[in-house]
Amino acid sequence: MPSPIISKEELIPGQTSKLVIHAPHIAAKAEPGNFVMLRVADAGERFPLTIADVDSKEGTITIVYLVMGKSTTLLEELGAGDSILDLCGPLGKSTHIEKCGTVICVGGGTGIAAMHHIAKGHAKAGNHVVSIIGARTKDRLLLEKELSLFCGEMLICTDDGSYGVKGIVTDLLVQRLTQDKNVAEVVAVGPVPMMEAVARTTLPFKTKTIVSLNSIMIDGMGMCGACRVSVGGETKFTCVDGPEFDGHLVDFNELKQRLKAFREQEQVSVNTIKKKCCC
Amino acid sequence: MEAQETTSKKPQKPRVDMPCQPAKERIRNFNEVAVGYTHEMALEEASRCLQCKKSTCVKGCPVEVPIKDFIAAVANDELAKAYTIIKSTNALPAICGRVCPQEDQCEGVCILKRKGQPVAIGRLERYVADYFLAHEDQTPPLPPIPSKAVKNKVACIGSGPSSLTVAGDLAMNGIAVTVFEALHQPGGVLVYGIPEFRLPKGLVVEREINALKALGVEFVTNFVGGRTITVDELFSQGYKAVFIGVGAGLPIFLGVEGENLIGVFSANEYLTRANLGKAYDFPNYDTPTYPGRKVTVYGGGNVAMDAARTALRLGAESVHIVYRRTKDEIPCRHEELEHAEEEGVILATLNSPLSFHGDADGKLTSVKLQRMRLSDPDASGRKSPVPIPGDIWTMETDLAVIAIGTRPNPVLLQATKSLKLNKRGYIEANENGETSIPNVFSGGDIVTGSATVILAMGAGRTAAKEIIRRFA
Repeated sequence: MPSPIISKEELIPGQTSKLVIHAPHIAAKAEPGNFVMLRVADAGERFPLTIADVDSKEGTITIVYLVMGKSTTLLEELGAGDSILDLCGPLGKSTHIEKCGTVICVGGGTGIAAMHHIAKGHAKAGNHVVSIIGARTKDRLLLEKELSLFCGEMLICTDDGSYGVKGIVTDLLVQRLTQDKNVAEVVAVGPVPMMEAVARTTLPFKTKTIVSLNSIMIDGMGMCGACRVSVGGETKFTCVDGPEFDGHLVDFNELKQRLKAFREQEQVSVNTIKKKCCC
Repeated sequence: MEAQETTSKKPQKPRVDMPCQPAKERIRNFNEVAVGYTHEMALEEASRCLQCKKSTCVKGCPVEVPIKDFIAAVANDELAKAYTIIKSTNALPAICGRVCPQEDQCEGVCILKRKGQPVAIGRLERYVADYFLAHEDQTPPLPPIPSKAVKNKVACIGSGPSSLTVAGDLAMNGIAVTVFEALHQPGGVLVYGIPEFRLPKGLVVEREINALKALGVEFVTNFVGGRTITVDELFSQGYKAVFIGVGAGLPIFLGVEGENLIGVFSANEYLTRANLGKAYDFPNYDTPTYPGRKVTVYGGGNVAMDAARTALRLGAESVHIVYRRTKDEIPCRHEELEHAEEEGVILATLNSPLSFHGDADGKLTSVKLQRMRLSDPDASGRKSPVPIPGDIWTMETDLAVIAIGTRPNPVLLQATKSLKLNKRGYIEANENGETSIPNVFSGGDIVTGSATVILAMGAGRTAAKEIIRRFA
């Protein structure tokens, strides 16, 4: 039962896009923190993407992806009116959200999209949400407008200073945590080095820090164990025990290594479509 | 017994061997190893059956196929009749003929076994089923389905052997069935777990599922029981009963140091990549597999054999099965072990892994193994493996596959709070397959823990009987 794409927006042309997909059975259940598994071609692989937003009335979910390998390249070839061959979810544990005061949500790159859904959940629960988002340059900054609709504060940085403060998200995070000792929680979603840096930053402040991991998955529902990660010395499955974990306990080095497990094969896959494009 | 005593005086004809692809050839492809009987072979093998008055073989079958009758039909060259007889209790004969442990079931209690070799019941079942997969136009019509003004509907969660059996039995009794599958393709372990070279997916599994679709069974993929839809919601959508057949689920790891190194896989992952993802045909299929030069597999069950033989076909230089007891205790089917050894899989028995070691990039390079010995038998007569102090050695390995079993998948169980579980975390079901929730039935690995396809089918059959009694 393929899921039709309602609309597509190229957030960063050729690199990052946003799809609104009609999937009422998923939209009815999806909560912040959940992800879906997708497959876009008959010979395609299964891969996970975090749900960036949900409209349960319209029966739609939103996903945002970075075009990186073959599967996301195939996904990028689709547009409004096309359908996702296989879409399954919602999967993963939902974000633990309660009214707790001030929550800082840190997002980097495409991770801002996944963070968006979590931040929205915290805002709905009545928390004061501070968004810290960063990108290399101004034109690569995602979802600023959408986040500003419900975030109490927006702190923005770019690597080159083309927008917001020149610097990286952890610079802004240190400042914000230093000013205010009452931050209840920090949530970070983005590239692994960014999440690792956020966890390192919050440690001296003893602020609860949640990170959302993007491990390699096959089924996404506990069967394969490809997504295992060490948390506090224990092996956890990102798909059914996560994807969110205590950032102070995650073994980020192991995660970084495991994400590279299929690097060579990923390159072979990408080359197969490059060849097609050339001829 | 009387019938056997008179007939067993006849000189026995030898059992007809199953023709196989030669080991040297087959380790270079994923085609089926056992190629199946010819017509002549089937007739000859069927003629060996003694047609015992009390046919113990039928009681040895978890779904009680009328074995004696179908074999008589084969011996008379009445294949359509044989097929109808098998199909009267078994919805998936082409699958059972291939993957059932017949030596422990029907063939294990065959009277001829006492004198030597039992009738090759599984091979005959497969022959009959395959004949009609190949000659669909000749397939005999199934008995007419009882028609009712309003059809009751029943949902199955999971689409492995237990659910497929339930679906087939209910459909044949006029109940509408919807099967919900979490993955993108129906079949469960038949699709993701058992390799192509033992159970061809397109030729066998897909066609058995198509036969169920022809009976009116509806398959809904990408629906996760407990997430996309809950048991309560199914009832509120009008389903009269729910059958839970979600399988065993989460892989168990060894719990030793270095287990998260790149190159250490669960058998579930390794096999799912190859089977469901068709990674053996990468990059024509996008799911990659991990190339292993020196492969080690941990465990001694059928899954371990499947992983080892898959690794050989994917180009491994050597494949060792590391097992902590001896060959006498190995729990896999004899045939699997035999095939594996013919193909060059090496058994490293009386060894237990202590730790995995890797390089600077986190890639597996070796395993440290503890040599074991078997203790004297304990009170139950079982010899347990005990470490030989100080006898530790290192084996080079760049791909390790852990095949030591699974534990219950929590996804559906956590979402169905009132479902009573046993101490091991599996679903509790009574003799009719009903769980602690009325009209919710369950069977297969999620009730028993890891077992076989046919036991799951037997459980499905039991539950189906009760569902039919209530709702047909």
